[in-house]
Amino acid sequence: MIGPVFCLMLQTRLAEHSVANIFDPRATPAATEKNLALFTFSITGGIFIVVAALLIFAIVRYRSRIPNDLEEPAQVYGSGKIELAWTVIPILIVFVLTGVTGRVIASIEDSPQPSSATHITLVGRQWWWEVHYPDFGIVTANEIHVPVSRSAQDHPTFFTLQSADVIHSFWVPQLSGKTDLIPNRDNHIWIDPREPGIYLGNCAEYCGTQHANMMLRVIVHPAGEFEKWAVAERTSFVPAAQSNPGRAVFESLACVNCHTVRGSVAAGRFGPDLTHLMRRQTIGAGVVPLTPKNLRDWVADPQEVKPGCLMPSMNLSNTELTQVVSYLEALK
Amino acid sequence: MGSTDYPLDRQDAHQDVHQAIRPYVHSDKLSFSDALYVIVTTVDHKKLGLMYIVASLIFLVIAGLMASVMRLQLAFPNGHVVSPATFNRLFTMHGTTMVFLVGMPLLAGFANYLIPLMIGARDMAFPRLNAFGFWIFLFGGFLLYFSYVGGGGLQGAGSAPDVGWFAYSPLTERAFSRGLSTDYWTLGVLCSGIGSLASALNVIATVASMRCPGMTLSRMPMFVWLMLVDSWLILIALPPLSAAQIMLMLDRYLGAHFFDTQNGGSAILWQHFFWIFGHPEVYILIFPAFGILSEVIPIFSRKPIFGRPAMVAAAVAIGFISLSVWAHHMFAVGLDSASNIFFAAATMMVGVPTGIKIFNWLATMYGGKLIFRTPMLFCIAFLFQFLIAGLTGIMLGVTPFDWQLHDSYFVVAHFHFTLVGGFVFAIFAGMYYWFPKASGRMLSETLGKWHFWLMTVGFNLTFIPLHFVGMMGMPRRIYTYPYGRGWELWNFVASVGVVLQLAAVAIFVWNILQSLGRSDSERSGDDPWNAWTLEWATHSPPPEYNFEKIPVVYSSRPLWDLKHPEDPDWEFE
Repeated sequence: MIGPVFCLMLQTRLAEHSVANIFDPRATPAATEKNLALFTFSITGGIFIVVAALLIFAIVRYRSRIPNDLEEPAQVYGSGKIELAWTVIPILIVFVLTGVTGRVIASIEDSPQPSSATHITLVGRQWWWEVHYPDFGIVTANEIHVPVSRSAQDHPTFFTLQSADVIHSFWVPQLSGKTDLIPNRDNHIWIDPREPGIYLGNCAEYCGTQHANMMLRVIVHPAGEFEKWAVAERTSFVPAAQSNPGRAVFESLACVNCHTVRGSVAAGRFGPDLTHLMRRQTIGAGVVPLTPKNLRDWVADPQEVKPGCLMPSMNLSNTELTQVVSYLEALK
Repeated sequence: MGSTDYPLDRQDAHQDVHQAIRPYVHSDKLSFSDALYVIVTTVDHKKLGLMYIVASLIFLVIAGLMASVMRLQLAFPNGHVVSPATFNRLFTMHGTTMVFLVGMPLLAGFANYLIPLMIGARDMAFPRLNAFGFWIFLFGGFLLYFSYVGGGGLQGAGSAPDVGWFAYSPLTERAFSRGLSTDYWTLGVLCSGIGSLASALNVIATVASMRCPGMTLSRMPMFVWLMLVDSWLILIALPPLSAAQIMLMLDRYLGAHFFDTQNGGSAILWQHFFWIFGHPEVYILIFPAFGILSEVIPIFSRKPIFGRPAMVAAAVAIGFISLSVWAHHMFAVGLDSASNIFFAAATMMVGVPTGIKIFNWLATMYGGKLIFRTPMLFCIAFLFQFLIAGLTGIMLGVTPFDWQLHDSYFVVAHFHFTLVGGFVFAIFAGMYYWFPKASGRMLSETLGKWHFWLMTVGFNLTFIPLHFVGMMGMPRRIYTYPYGRGWELWNFVASVGVVLQLAAVAIFVWNILQSLGRSDSERSGDDPWNAWTLEWATHSPPPEYNFEKIPVVYSSRPLWDLKHPEDPDWEFE
């Protein structure tokens, strides 16, 4: 009952909000899943209506009308025919649903990979996402840039999902259902976003203290724009940053043990790559927007912004803090 | 066993049951130390049953309050009621408590109290094993909660487990879970699991060997049947969890690498072990609920259960199928398409025998004279809510749909519809139904109706909206969420529902206390509901020895035969 009506309601209501809603898909896997969801809704909704109606009818029709009525109703013990009917009909429904489900599973899981596909290796970490583009030599974090794709065979993006620590799960509802990122294992998933835009997602497997703030966004570029982004992203850090006075401070501190700034001595691999930090929209895997003030607060004490995260407070003096932040702000 | 084993004249039925219920002298009030002595040393199935139920109700209140704190935190975006670490401990302790310290002991309590009475026995087959089971469960519970004081280890003062109730590896390995909190989780659950195994063995032995003359398997009350299947399921499903927990301890302290991915272990191995326990576990919890419904609905419809053989067969079928559906909890781990299809099919297949049960309860009501006392009201709400739970279960069984819904709030809504809307509602029905038997007093019908309506409205207000936020992309187990993703309204509504549920439970507790405490509360007599099974043939509360003379039965409704000698059941069975 609620099924299809509710979907429609959600779709119209949420279109205004640009909410990550599974009934508003923008890529083939999510769209296929939505169609199957509607099919399932209509079957289960039908069952709900029938059974609930029978129940309500029984409650109204057979309620005892006389208080303390001592006369017992006719004692009926069962009926083979009726019981057979409500065994066989559900079995038939299960057959239909299983068949349809099987087709959809195969169409998503076993979809062939075209040569035009973009490859991304996504590594889950407590509590952020490391994004590798092996074909471009790019490493970035938390924001996944992909090209728009007219069809599943046009310019889809194929992910290899890995984890560096515990299990995480990739979920961007409008693009695809979820697949886990599991240590010691390669998982695969693909998307072919049809419209440029920003799609929000979350880590969907509990992974420790800051699971809630392990958010990600997929940024879908219009045709041709993705390549431009990739070329710019591949470069080492920009000249303005190279000559920034804060650089020496940054490189003298423990920052470099965990962070990489390509082209400089900073080559740590435990935290996010900072080479083009300022091109991102958020810090801390989506915990706050990337603004100068937030950046300063973050560097001053990450535990205030994202309690429990693995970046410690460096106890910087005010001057050091200003210099480090000015260097980071130059990493465009 | 056929009825021919008992060459008694069926016309003796009247006399047999009557001899079983001769009056006895009620014991006087005990002093506190005597009462304590009785509690610690008793091996009586009724006392142990009540001790199980009281202990689990205390844990229910604790875990319910934990849930309330979580809903308070999530009522608004960017909530700051508790810290992220505290929130994670809250949901871990809430889930672990509800499953292992509320669900399992509640079903053990009902089974212990009722099975001997229902099959005309004087006690369980192994009374001391029964007491052992209770005390080791309670010890397990204390061990788990001791983590608040002793779980600190390297993490500093007092910390409870924070790995979630299914404790996925490698989050539980020492690299990611330092200190002792995970060990308290492991050992606490292991101990209470031993208690459950003891109790399950006892039920099977009791049903096999302690039935009164004439009580063939086909005449056994539905509740006993469901507890029998349930106990087999516990015996089969629980050991894999215990084994995995021991493997985890080996990993953590003796350098084994079962789940230790940093040394080549497998993260998915834990999930297989856990869910081959964990999925049958949800049926283990719902079977007693099915049993309660199958006793209560016929009495308040004034008709025998419709299709008894089909009801038993459906229970056995659910038991078998439920052992082959575990990987539907793992659709997102990247199984190959053939495995996913198999587990989708098996999952949906469970819906068939479950459907048979719902239809048969419905058919029991058809043509009856429905009496809407509190136990029946809870059963009817169960039917609606469990129907929704079953249908959302089908949705989650459709693998690609599950890829979207998995680990979202939709799943939280789904299993709370089965475990609260189903299990807890059935337990409430059972409490109102058998409280007169255990205490000799009635619960207030007025307070009962308040309890019912507040609980039903509050429950649905909380859990219906959680389906919606799940479909809007809200993952479970997040301690907070940002503004602007469309989740605010539904989360707020869900939190409001909690207030009503808290009020309902408070009324329930008050109802019990006032009935037991007031000298003028209504006395129930031996058979207040005009019922048909053997427990109503003895006194309320039953004497230590249950029946003065072991009864002899000739049909599945011995008291019906007694009350309707002109139209006895055994003529039709």
